[in-house]
Amino acid sequence: MTAAVVTGIGVAAPNGLGKDRFWAATLRGESGIRTVRRFDVSSYPSRLAGEIDGFEPTEYLAGRLIPQTDRMTQIALVASDWALADAGVEPGTYDTTEMGVATAGASGGLEFGQRELANLWSSGPQHVSVYMSFAWFYAVNSGQISIRHGMRGPTGVMVSDQAGGLDALAQARRNVRKGTRLILSGGVDSSFCPYGWVSRMSSRSLSTCDDPRSAYLPFDARAQGHVPGEGGAILVVEDAQAARSRGARPYGEIAGYGATFDAAARHGGGNGLRRAVEAALADAQAAATDIGVVFADGSGTPEDDRIEAETIAAVFGPGAVPVTVPKTMTGRMNSGGAPADLACALLSMRDAIIPPTINVRTIAPGYEIDLVIGEPRPWQPGAALVLARGKGGFNSAMVLRATAQVPGATA
Amino acid sequence: MSGRRVVITGLGVVAPGGVNTKAFWEAITSGRTATRLITAFDPAAFRSQIAAEVDFDPVQAGLSHREMRRLDRAAQFALVATRESLSDSGLEPGRLDPTRVGVSVGSAVGCTVRLESEYLVLSDSGREWVVDNSYASPHLYDYYMPGSLAAEVAWEVNAQGPVTMISAGCTSGLDSLGHAADLIREGTVDVMLAGGTDAPISPITVSCFDAIKATSPGNDDAAHALRPFDRTRTGFVLGEGAAMLVLEELEYARARGAKLYAEITGFASRSNAFHMTGLRPDGAELAAAVTAALDESKLPADAIDYVNAHGTATKQNDLHETVALKTALGDHAYRIPVSSIKSMIGHSLGAVGSIEIAACALAIDQGIVPPTANLNEPDPELDLDYVPHQAREQHLDTVLTVGSGFGGFQSAMVLVRPGSPA
Repeated sequence: MTAAVVTGIGVAAPNGLGKDRFWAATLRGESGIRTVRRFDVSSYPSRLAGEIDGFEPTEYLAGRLIPQTDRMTQIALVASDWALADAGVEPGTYDTTEMGVATAGASGGLEFGQRELANLWSSGPQHVSVYMSFAWFYAVNSGQISIRHGMRGPTGVMVSDQAGGLDALAQARRNVRKGTRLILSGGVDSSFCPYGWVSRMSSRSLSTCDDPRSAYLPFDARAQGHVPGEGGAILVVEDAQAARSRGARPYGEIAGYGATFDAAARHGGGNGLRRAVEAALADAQAAATDIGVVFADGSGTPEDDRIEAETIAAVFGPGAVPVTVPKTMTGRMNSGGAPADLACALLSMRDAIIPPTINVRTIAPGYEIDLVIGEPRPWQPGAALVLARGKGGFNSAMVLRATAQVPGATA
Repeated sequence: MSGRRVVITGLGVVAPGGVNTKAFWEAITSGRTATRLITAFDPAAFRSQIAAEVDFDPVQAGLSHREMRRLDRAAQFALVATRESLSDSGLEPGRLDPTRVGVSVGSAVGCTVRLESEYLVLSDSGREWVVDNSYASPHLYDYYMPGSLAAEVAWEVNAQGPVTMISAGCTSGLDSLGHAADLIREGTVDVMLAGGTDAPISPITVSCFDAIKATSPGNDDAAHALRPFDRTRTGFVLGEGAAMLVLEELEYARARGAKLYAEITGFASRSNAFHMTGLRPDGAELAAAVTAALDESKLPADAIDYVNAHGTATKQNDLHETVALKTALGDHAYRIPVSSIKSMIGHSLGAVGSIEIAACALAIDQGIVPPTANLNEPDPELDLDYVPHQAREQHLDTVLTVGSGFGGFQSAMVLVRPGSPA
């Protein structure tokens, strides 16, 4: 079957705009987490976030696009530009019908939505923006990206909370295997408006700590929830042969994927994460020993952390594989989180270095995992596993294989 | 792929004019329209004051008090439709391997009814930008992140395979079933609960479409306001509802002696890369999606016996779609019936694609082509056989259904009589 490789990376994260700045900051352990500035959080119990600084949409986008789009769409469009540039894909590289889009979303353009809800209910329906019909809905990023880059092939949008970021990439691989040459895929979320913030707080999984150094501590004995982040990543997923024939250098291959759902308590409960990991390994025809690093979901709530640590220890053996959570520097970016982790995993392969988990000091007793704490760690690039879990019971796992291991890639 | 084939073995429909599959089918085959003045809220301030509403009594529909409290209207529709389709299929969740069961739910606007009503409480009727979290519902996150729609269905049927919500605007209901069929074909699961649900008849969503004049202002004659393919058409009328279908791998379904409604043989989606709300006049991408769905089905264009049209009754859609069908099917487009059941049930955005696929499955099963209501004055530019007013009895082996939506998304699916040779 046709291999799907990643040839371009576009990242917009709280600790760095653009792949290179993001990666440099991530290796340095630089955090983008601080008190929210975009709106007044003083009345809320949770006040920290990973906000993107210095993103000025008019630097990148035509003026007419600005009033039509939510911030998360503006970020996604720019990330998609960066991904294509990184891949060396230009207009004309492929026919427009040979390219498609698959993004994940979690909350749509809710900042735009809250503004229009306010207009509707304070001023009346005549005051609702003519762009509201397509600025809020969950499909907006796929639609706008396809228009911006003239991509007329298959298009998809997945919504499965944080897990959706991997589900979208799996959809991209599926469509490449069906014959589309290139899919722009990933996720960007923001919703950094008061209504979005209160909605996130209602998940009861946000940290209420005010110290950026101890608010989000996945796998730490002091874990007490997470800090939200905005942003994410858009990746260029390409047919391996097509990429090779145009001389592109893939970062790695999307080699395996598995998605499961946790059994509800009324059905006896149960953890689906292990099944997702095992399905992804089987799909990649990889053994557990082939995996050289795990980018964990790192929920930061003790119950989720325990399940994830137990799963990793059970599949790979206690402490047998390095585990890391670079999200400790960005906060959890909803459907943007896993694509940013995929970007980290691919860059880890390129540079033979695993980015650190910051702020965590003491791993909770009983978690038999080798967490890469504080400093980056060199490794012999092989295959990487990325995990993403969503509220409600969504589990997704994806195996990436370093380019040198892609059959035929060095030929 | 692996030679695995996908069949529809259970139907559950919540639609305007019929809160179960039987009532829905009876309504659309008798040409009854369900469009009326909006009763869900006072529509006086809006340009379009009409909609096709579901007369939905959650108690009568079997929902518990907790479900009514927890679930957005779209989730309530999905749950009721799920229970009907599961019962219709004869599958017993307790006897399935839950890891081989998945869920795919399409929705365009998710849980916006509750998002809006919660917003009004938290913002003190729109007065406060920094909304008051002390009023927040404990279920607010589920409205904010509508993957919860798929989670609810998964909990209901104890699905532990892949579960996701597909949100591609107005093609969501088609795309979610296309995705489900892919998962069965590639061998990831044997059974999928898949469909679409949307409840867009709320002030914020009505005002969205008001703002761009996509919905019909035909408030004086609500029952005849949605007139697909008619010269006097004035836009669509919002609808609401859900359809959830049971899809199974063919041999799996045969082994248990299941009733087979139809086989899903092909699906494709394309983007027009043109405009978030506008359509390219030549319909090239919709035509490409139809051709790709036929290719996946290994069927020629002239195998199609009936087209379930998108048929929204906007000026541009009906022309776009007609041109696309002629491009993809050639002269054969003139020889087959093409109808829009939206004329009766309205446009329920991300649900309607699934409701229409349920209608296609029934059309094959019953040998009846549902009509296009309200088509009185033919448009000279639209010259296909749009089946005005009256349903037709006709043996159908192969049916095409298409959808088109904001974002530029175009989708097509081919369904065939079950048991047809591969």
